[in-house]
Amino acid sequence: MRVFVPGDSAATSIGADEVAQAIALHDPSLEIVRNGSRGALWLETLVEVETPTGRIGYGPVTPDDVESLFDADFLKAGAHPLLLGKIDAIEWLASQDRITFARVGIVDPSSLIDYEAHGGLVGLRKALLLTREEIIDEVTESGLRGRGGAGFPVGLKWRTVSQTINAEKYICCNADEGDSGTFADRMLIEGDPFTLIEGMVIAAIAVGATKGIVYLRSEYPHAISALQRAINVARANSVLGSQILGTSYEFDIQIRIGAGSYVCGEETAMLESIEGKRGVVRAKPPVPAIEGLFGLPTVINNVLTLSTVPMILAEGAKTYKAFGVGRSLGTQVFQLAGNVARGGIVEKAFGVTLNELVHTYGAGTLSGRPLRAVQIGGPLGSYFSTAQLETSMDYESLLTAGGMLGHGGIVIFDESVDLAEQAKFAMEFCAFESCGKCTPCRIGSTRGAETIDLIIRGVKVDENKKLLLDLCEVMTDGSLCAMGALTPLPVKSAMINFPEDFTGAPK
Amino acid sequence: MTMIFEPDFGTPASEKLDQVSLEIDGRTVTVAADTSIMRAALQAGIDIPKLCSTDRLKAFGSCRLCVIQIDGRNGTPSSCTTPVSEGMNVITHSEKLDRIRKGVMELYLSDHPLECATGDECELHGVAKKIGITTSRYASVDTHLDLEKDESNPYFTFDSTECIVCNRCVRACDEVQGTFALTIENRGFQARVSSSGTSFIESECVSCGACVQACPTGALTEKTLLTIGAPTSSVITTCAYCGVGCSFKAEMRGDELVRMVPLKAGGANEGHSCVKGRFAYGYATHSDRITQPMIRNAITDPWKEVSWSEAISFAAAGLKKIQVESGINAIGGITSSRCTNEEVFVVQKMVRAAFGNNNVDTCARVCHSPTGYGLGQTFGTSAGTQDFESVEHSDVIMLIGANPTSAHPVFASRMKQALRKGAQLIVIDPRVIALVRTPGVVAAHHLQLMPGTNVAVINALAHVIATNGLIDRDFVDARCDAQSFKEWEAFISLPENSPETLEASSRVPAAQIRAAAHLFAQAKNGSIYYGLGVTEHSQGSTMVMGIANLAMATGNIGRKGVGVNPLRGQNNVQGSCDMGSFPHELSGYRHISNPRTRKIFNDAWGIQLQSEPGMRIPNMFDAAIAGQYRGLYVQGEDIAQSDPNTSHVHTALRAMDMVIVQDLFLNETSKFAHVFLPGTSFLEKDGTFTNAERRINRVRPVMKSKIGKSEFEVTCDLATAMGYPMSYENGAAIMDEIALTTPTFAGVSFAKLDELGSIQWPCDETNPTGTPTMHVEKFVRGEGQFMRTAYVPTDEKATRKFPLLLTTGRVLSQYNVGAQTRRTANNIWHKEDILDVHESDAELRGIKDGSWVKLSSRVGETIMKAHITDEVPAGVVYTTFHFPESGANIITTEFSDWATNCPEYKVTAVELAPSIMGPGDMVETHIMGDPQLDSIVRMANQIAANIPAADAPEIKVAHHIVQFWTPAMIERLHNDVNKTDLSPTVLKAIEILLVRN
Repeated sequence: MRVFVPGDSAATSIGADEVAQAIALHDPSLEIVRNGSRGALWLETLVEVETPTGRIGYGPVTPDDVESLFDADFLKAGAHPLLLGKIDAIEWLASQDRITFARVGIVDPSSLIDYEAHGGLVGLRKALLLTREEIIDEVTESGLRGRGGAGFPVGLKWRTVSQTINAEKYICCNADEGDSGTFADRMLIEGDPFTLIEGMVIAAIAVGATKGIVYLRSEYPHAISALQRAINVARANSVLGSQILGTSYEFDIQIRIGAGSYVCGEETAMLESIEGKRGVVRAKPPVPAIEGLFGLPTVINNVLTLSTVPMILAEGAKTYKAFGVGRSLGTQVFQLAGNVARGGIVEKAFGVTLNELVHTYGAGTLSGRPLRAVQIGGPLGSYFSTAQLETSMDYESLLTAGGMLGHGGIVIFDESVDLAEQAKFAMEFCAFESCGKCTPCRIGSTRGAETIDLIIRGVKVDENKKLLLDLCEVMTDGSLCAMGALTPLPVKSAMINFPEDFTGAPK
Repeated sequence: MTMIFEPDFGTPASEKLDQVSLEIDGRTVTVAADTSIMRAALQAGIDIPKLCSTDRLKAFGSCRLCVIQIDGRNGTPSSCTTPVSEGMNVITHSEKLDRIRKGVMELYLSDHPLECATGDECELHGVAKKIGITTSRYASVDTHLDLEKDESNPYFTFDSTECIVCNRCVRACDEVQGTFALTIENRGFQARVSSSGTSFIESECVSCGACVQACPTGALTEKTLLTIGAPTSSVITTCAYCGVGCSFKAEMRGDELVRMVPLKAGGANEGHSCVKGRFAYGYATHSDRITQPMIRNAITDPWKEVSWSEAISFAAAGLKKIQVESGINAIGGITSSRCTNEEVFVVQKMVRAAFGNNNVDTCARVCHSPTGYGLGQTFGTSAGTQDFESVEHSDVIMLIGANPTSAHPVFASRMKQALRKGAQLIVIDPRVIALVRTPGVVAAHHLQLMPGTNVAVINALAHVIATNGLIDRDFVDARCDAQSFKEWEAFISLPENSPETLEASSRVPAAQIRAAAHLFAQAKNGSIYYGLGVTEHSQGSTMVMGIANLAMATGNIGRKGVGVNPLRGQNNVQGSCDMGSFPHELSGYRHISNPRTRKIFNDAWGIQLQSEPGMRIPNMFDAAIAGQYRGLYVQGEDIAQSDPNTSHVHTALRAMDMVIVQDLFLNETSKFAHVFLPGTSFLEKDGTFTNAERRINRVRPVMKSKIGKSEFEVTCDLATAMGYPMSYENGAAIMDEIALTTPTFAGVSFAKLDELGSIQWPCDETNPTGTPTMHVEKFVRGEGQFMRTAYVPTDEKATRKFPLLLTTGRVLSQYNVGAQTRRTANNIWHKEDILDVHESDAELRGIKDGSWVKLSSRVGETIMKAHITDEVPAGVVYTTFHFPESGANIITTEFSDWATNCPEYKVTAVELAPSIMGPGDMVETHIMGDPQLDSIVRMANQIAANIPAADAPEIKVAHHIVQFWTPAMIERLHNDVNKTDLSPTVLKAIEILLVRN
């Protein structure tokens, strides 16, 4: 009899370990599977029981509820105030387009057998029958774009690396998930790490790389151990190593742990950090695809990007690109956070509206007070007003609306938010996290925070607003990387969409 | 005079050959592919504002002032980091670009002093003016304007308030110097340049000045710039320290030297420098300088200041009196490797023409004379085969008995760059020198041999190459003498030369030798660099020949990236040797016995040269003690401190009746002198120095002579007073005479040097602009000559009484006997000589780190402070010889190279004991018996033991003796030596000599 108690950090942070312990204590004969979280965070700890008719959910369960669950005979789907019914029937989950996250929450993240039982390695096995060109063609055809934030076409990047002649190449997975309100990388690695490994192996075969590195942030200790465990299993089963699934392909993965710098999520700063140097942004060209890690051709992709690849190979580009709109094909793993009633993972095809995410899935604010602003795309993303809720969530529409998708983080604010303070925070965040290389970002962010502070205090408001806009232009056009160039986004969007917060009047 | 300005193209030149055409602001520009847009624009005369880029460093792209727009591309990329491409259309000025630049500059100005201490030196204000903005609108709540200055370095300040965090200093420390002493601390607005969390003086900083040079603002500034003020004129000249021969701009304000700035166009240094050349020039104007001639009748008398004419007459009279009393050969002179080619040439001319003998030698005797002999025998000329740039093309570098990061720092930086780009390094040295492991560099092999076993190691390496089919047969067949190769191959393949056999002597594991031999032999380009750790041995000349053999056997001669490269000790060692300073050779390495050569000089000088060699320096000392040699003119060398076996040297000097010292300062030798003639510093000289790559560099007078005349004038006056009139209008006239009499210099003139910057000899009709790489098509001697290099262990062995081996060397901040550097602020880094001892040797003797120890050898004893370290292996101790009070040479012995008498400084058997007292008065050993006869016996036996010959060695021994010994010494060998002291080979050689006579 299998009982599922999520073992990922989202669940354990609110007592999942204690829940599992209480269940085990009560009935040591039970097989407790520590799956990943399904992403419905308000239901954690979400305990699932495997029954002949499918998995039945109870949640949110606290350790104190365990006794009553046994009393209610939950192992047989007995009635209980926390009974959610069949998991697959929960509308919040059932209405999503789970592709990248297809297995997260379902499988045992430490079991390769379970992984294969749920369609794992099908993509890799297909890839092994294709030529490098054919793999890249398939990925190109799928329309998959980089999910780290830049949205660069994955096939194009892979092709560049593939065509750059060198005996040594790298696949670097960027798992330095530092955006506020984002957690998809973490949940995927903790819930379905083999998908990432499989995606990296396919990428390696496609471009001719033999070494892989996952750059994982030190703030994700659970993810580090989950991935390391999976890597060990993959090595033991020839998914990694010198003869991948019995072929002559060779590829292995190392984990490198970041040291807490936000800018190390910028791809070139990440390379510097992996090389053991200060995490400072490199000027491009040369692009990493041609001269990347240790000067060698390097694929750098986000966790979500690489983890989507196995499905594309398994089910074909056509299946994948049937999702989405325009040039934004496939699905996006949105993350609802902040002042939201139902936070968590919402994987939907591109084209879902902001309103659907915030209200249908998020169910409004947690505080119950009226919604005022939504920040999309992390700390460097724009603040949207309630007037913009019908915006279609895809790369192009967001750009048109003055924003960007980023890594898909959506942070919700109620009416108590002061957007001038938020704008100032954006500059302060940049000042704190800037690598300090280029002048607009290094000095500009501090001057920006100071100038907004003057505006808030009502000092020469018009002059300072003009100065702030001038500064935003210098940062946008003059910065070396996206860190400095995007910091004006939250600032300017706040000024444009919430002008009433920038009058300098006492609040 | 005006300021010499070297343009800054912002990024380094592209090495690509193909050309690309593009349009910049409507002008068509054609440049090498991969050139940055910034550099291309500047070539077209379009100056794009910049602060973080400079053409000595890779593009960085941080200041964001150099932004441009490119037709058909998004955004405003930086022109320093964006390479040109065909057909590109670039705009460097537009309303948008102006706005960005002004905006960026406004940010800079919001955290920068409105006026800088260095005034116009601060590029930031210059660029701001150009952009058209002088103030900032920001409130600037948070700034760095209250940070404290770091004044800890004696030569430059670090003022963080002026720092714009452009990273130029950090990058220079990394890319140019390779020390990694600087970094950026913190991030974002708090990012600051830091000497790694400590003050500059306590950091890893080696004070090379690259950061100061790179800094665009007043953040890193020479202290003299702040105290003296901005320079108003500059002169290009050459550093007078080591054999690298860096070119500098001496920047002056009036008569005062403000700073020495390395010249980007300098062939040897390409804009780099070290702490000595860059900063340690203060000795030139030190109050210890003697500018008035002085005389005295006896060395116990006080000095008396006199006029030039009185001093010259006194000296000439003394020398002439000796010649009347003891013969024409009873006097001689020593030229200086610190002086210019012109000064050296004139001194040797004075000895040969005015003194009428060949008793001229040079301080190169005690450093690189084996190089002269060894490379002369094998290749046909006495010089390194490459230019410095060549090292950047090497795949495997073998470094033997040299410590470039200390002794040749600017070259070391180049070598480090090559190593960091992937070249492999083999270090052969008893000590763990810095290059064995330093940031970015790990030697593939460190063959940590025992001092004195060089030849064992080089033979073992060659043995592996010969017996493993690693010889480059094509090269050997095409370029080398077949007979000598055949004999060498048979010899080197003998089991006695195998690494396994020689392991017992050298203590280098055979497997390591084998691996290193394979690595070197299989390199596409393998190069060998060596220093005094090769030459200053009983088998110094054999080792040089062993190196030459190895280079020839592996085909590593005659192109870029290969070669045999002696790292010369002093600024003009190469030049002083080239100029005919050796007693057996005229300029251009032509033997004195050659009548055709002598005729050139006889005709030019109107004299009759003696046809037989004169005395070498140690011969002079021996002869002095024997009473046959009584007068000496010594220029710019402190033989009493620098030559080995101090007691012997002092005894010899005391025995002389007329010692004339010409120097900047009173020194150890002048204590024994009767005449002191003031000399000039390099800042006052007009001439040339020749560096280790045969590069003739101009030395131009930066300031007026402090002695009222040039140094060669003094020499000429002495020659004239001796009865042989000599005079030259200027240095150029002397060079003209050198060119006239010396074929390898035939094409050299000051005019051509001024035009080309520098010239690597040979420079003649075939090579009118000089020769960067030698032996390209064929060797100077025709075919390369392999030499038999039998390993003969030195007689200086560790014994029960003296169980340790002492070896000596130098540190970065001090220079040789320290006459110059001890008179600068460099003492802050190294204020006394220290004895390095391995822990186990210290433990055994109860020696504590930092305590006084008595160091004794069979010839003397001294007291030094001990430093316990694992940089020396057990059984070996090491010290420097920069301070006279430490008396390192009281310990070193009379043993010397069999072929050239270069002293065996690198091996002395010693013992240590704890001492409760610090150093006191020097204790000299009494010199007894007939040292000259002892020397003659030892030298003859040494030649016989080492002469490279399989059969009938006596013929070669006889030939060697005739070539290098004075007739008087040969006479004593015949007549005075107890024949039972001589080896059978010497006895046979004597018979041949008798027949010849």
